[in-house]
Amino acid sequence: MKDLGRIGFSEDQATLLDVATDFCQRRSPVATVRRLMEAEAGHDAAVWAELGELGWLGVAIPEAYGGSGLGLAEVVPLVEQMGRRLMAGPFVSTTLAAQALIAGGTEDQKREALPRIAAGEPATLALAELDTDWEPDAITCTATRQADRRLALSGGKVLVTDAAEARRIIASVRIDGEPALVLLTPEDLPAGALRRETVIDETRRSFALTLDGIVLDPDRRLDPDRTAAALEHIHLAANLLAAADMVGGTQACIDYTLDYLRTRTQFGKVIGSYQALKHPIVDAYTRYEQARSHLYSAAHCFNEQGTGEIAVRMAKASADVAYSFAADRAIQFHGGFGFTWDCDAQLYRRRAIWHAAQFGDAAFHRKKLARLLF
Amino acid sequence: MSTVDPKDLADFSEQADAWFAENVARDPGFMLPLTFMEVGTDTQFNFLRDWQNKVWEAGYLGAAWPKAYGGGGLPQAFQNAATRAMRKRQGPIMLNAIGLNWAGPLLLEMGTETQKRAHLKGILSAEDIWCQGFSEPGHGSDLGSAQTRAVRDGDHFVVNGSKIWTTLGRYAKYMILLARTDPSTERKYDGLSFFLMPMKAPGVETVPIRKLTGEHGFTQTFFTDAKAPADGLVGPEGGGWKVAMRTLEYERGARGGQAGGYVSVGANAFDVFELAQRTKRAGQPVLEDPLVADEMVGFLMEIQALTLNGQRTQVPELIADRPQGIPLASKLMGTEMSRRLNDFAVRLTGVRGAYYVDEPEAADNGLWARNYLNAFSATIGGGTSQIQANIVGEHVLGLPKS
Ligand SMILES: Cc1cc2nc3c(=O)[nH]c(=O)nc-3n(C[C@H](O)[C@H](O)[C@H](O)COP(=O)(O)OP(=O)(O)OC[C@H]3O[C@@H](n4cnc5c(N)ncnc54)[C@H](O)[C@@H]3O)c2cc1C
Ligand SMILES: Cc1cc2nc3c(=O)[nH]c(=O)nc-3n(C[C@H](O)[C@H](O)[C@H](O)COP(=O)(O)OP(=O)(O)OC[C@H]3O[C@@H](n4cnc5c(N)ncnc54)[C@H](O)[C@@H]3O)c2cc1C
Repeated sequence: MKDLGRIGFSEDQATLLDVATDFCQRRSPVATVRRLMEAEAGHDAAVWAELGELGWLGVAIPEAYGGSGLGLAEVVPLVEQMGRRLMAGPFVSTTLAAQALIAGGTEDQKREALPRIAAGEPATLALAELDTDWEPDAITCTATRQADRRLALSGGKVLVTDAAEARRIIASVRIDGEPALVLLTPEDLPAGALRRETVIDETRRSFALTLDGIVLDPDRRLDPDRTAAALEHIHLAANLLAAADMVGGTQACIDYTLDYLRTRTQFGKVIGSYQALKHPIVDAYTRYEQARSHLYSAAHCFNEQGTGEIAVRMAKASADVAYSFAADRAIQFHGGFGFTWDCDAQLYRRRAIWHAAQFGDAAFHRKKLARLLF
Repeated sequence: MSTVDPKDLADFSEQADAWFAENVARDPGFMLPLTFMEVGTDTQFNFLRDWQNKVWEAGYLGAAWPKAYGGGGLPQAFQNAATRAMRKRQGPIMLNAIGLNWAGPLLLEMGTETQKRAHLKGILSAEDIWCQGFSEPGHGSDLGSAQTRAVRDGDHFVVNGSKIWTTLGRYAKYMILLARTDPSTERKYDGLSFFLMPMKAPGVETVPIRKLTGEHGFTQTFFTDAKAPADGLVGPEGGGWKVAMRTLEYERGARGGQAGGYVSVGANAFDVFELAQRTKRAGQPVLEDPLVADEMVGFLMEIQALTLNGQRTQVPELIADRPQGIPLASKLMGTEMSRRLNDFAVRLTGVRGAYYVDEPEAADNGLWARNYLNAFSATIGGGTSQIQANIVGEHVLGLPKS
């Protein structure tokens, strides 16, 4: 049997978990989440500035490029606590774009972009396309070398999160049939290239990006020798951070439901005393604890092994099942109120669906695990 | 406890490993019970009793119990090392589970000096086998309503009534017994007392019960004017409920102090994976079927999660929100997984799934079907899964009682 991973927890993780727990609770109460959901920008610029000041954007960026030189394991507690509070903003998009540059960028690109990202310039990834699976090399968009050696892009990307404010977008394309990554800036995009998508998780700002008409200088291509490794790295990093967000959300969703089960009375009894509700919520809780254990194993293995593929896939698959179940039951257990906009259960359920649709759902990762383990 | 010299500990581990490597019997010539609840024949019983005695004499059981009571007087780390060596070398289970794991630590914590001197050594050596008399025909989950009566008569109590599902009842010399000494209390719990009951006393009769596997494992125990010595009370008269609850904490592993070793060796997901790897259907490895593969991955994820849960409880920051959550939920998670896993294993064997123990064509001699049926011992015994779910819901999640 291959190494399935283990729990390890660094002092930095402990400190960041502590700080993030407090910060996210204070700065992202659910009333704020709901207010920002309705606002065009979708997040609070002041909070974003604070994240920069706290150094969170540079946690996993090497010191040489303006970060603090820790790993994604240390980003995990931050994202977990953000997920717990449904906190909005381009933190994960930006962190993943930085990871793409770290894993696949040229020296010049890293020197130019990473310190600015660490200092608070948002960035994002444009990887997903419609009607493909979640394999990182499932790419149909292309970049064609013109006579002047510049790259002419074509095709469409979807679910490009936070694209409206991103100062950098890392997109996957094919050049001469081979996967490649390129770096875009807002100045490269023709008018109308971005269309805001209506997505199930309304705390998100997500865009379809039309690449047609975009032409890039050759130096916008990331290091061709490292494309495959970078795509794999981004895929696993994205799943790790998604799992973190989901585990945090699962916890909050269970706590939210428990509050109702402890206070709502029917037939003269508090409904949490009915086993038809009590036992499934215990089920949700045990799945949550298992998902959280997988998460912190995945975080540890990611730092230790570079990507920790087995542990990360287990973490995402386990988080998907736990979050979906907890949020699904949360709606049901709120009765008529659960069917309303005002009940927070729908926020959690929508976010769980959003995550399952990106970078692979539980079934996808289990299938990958079967190939890795058998 | 004295501090641990790493060198001493390393030497001890090495010796333990060598000892188990040499002394674990490869094939006793009959099927060994996988848990202490499955001891069905005298052959099995005698073999396991000798084995436990041998391990204790070698110093690898009760290593952390005080010397005065037959233990080794060493820090807990030494016993843990011995247990690891036992597991690594796949030693058979420790037989005297109820003595080693719950009556023993309970006596160490709450027993009188006389009780400790009288009983602890016999528990370790397997000279005295112990059983537990909690459940009654009419009261299982609702233990607090137990009705077996104990009436004081000078220096002893006279016991009448019946206990049931008494594991090792046929072999036991002592029973930890929960009986009602006062039926008139306002709260049913306050009328209960906790006894160390001699099983060979006149008026105690054990009747074997056949399990769903067809084997014998437990008994019904009848008391007819049987005498329980008053100096065998643990805790005060009328204070038995608290002692019983403490016993359950030891039983469910929510509290430490056990003598060491292990009392069950249930198949885990890695064993089932090994089965899956060597199982073929229509000439194809069964794991090439994507539905089977998916289920197998699910079990590997689940067993890994339970292992990680255990590691996570060692990191206080990662269990800060609900420190008791994983410990109180682990019986529920572990036993339910084991039940589903063995069911999966039976299905893996395809057509052979229809066979049972002793059929020559059965996969692994019918072990998987037997494991599956036996898995219910853990989802029912020691508090059913439904009761465990109530405990987690009420004590971990703060929900009101059902
Ligand atoms: C789309 C929609 C349309 C509706 N339209 C109408 C309408 O036109 N007219 C109208 O009068 N009503 C309507 N209702 C209300 C509906 O009948 C109630 O929502 C439903 O009966 C549940 O009551 P509740 O919302 O008070 O939830 P509660 O009764 O408070 O239930 C909360 C949770 O506790 C559970 N629960 C409650 N009691 C028990 C118990 N004894 N054992 C186990 N679990 C229990 C429930 O299953 C639920 O999961 C509508 C509801 C919806 C969602
Ligand atoms: C292999 C084995 C070994 C055992 N060894 C011993 C032993 O050595 N000594 C001893 O004293 N006992 C022993 N037991 C007994 C065991 O502790 C009881 O069987 C158990 O506590 C359940 O009690 P019961 O059998 O009376 O079932 P009941 O309590 O009658 O339960 C019947 C069903 O109802 C459910 N139920 C009951 N109450 C509730 C509730 N409040 N909420 C939801 N569901 C509920 C149960 O989960 C179960 O499914 C053993 C049992 C087994 C299977």
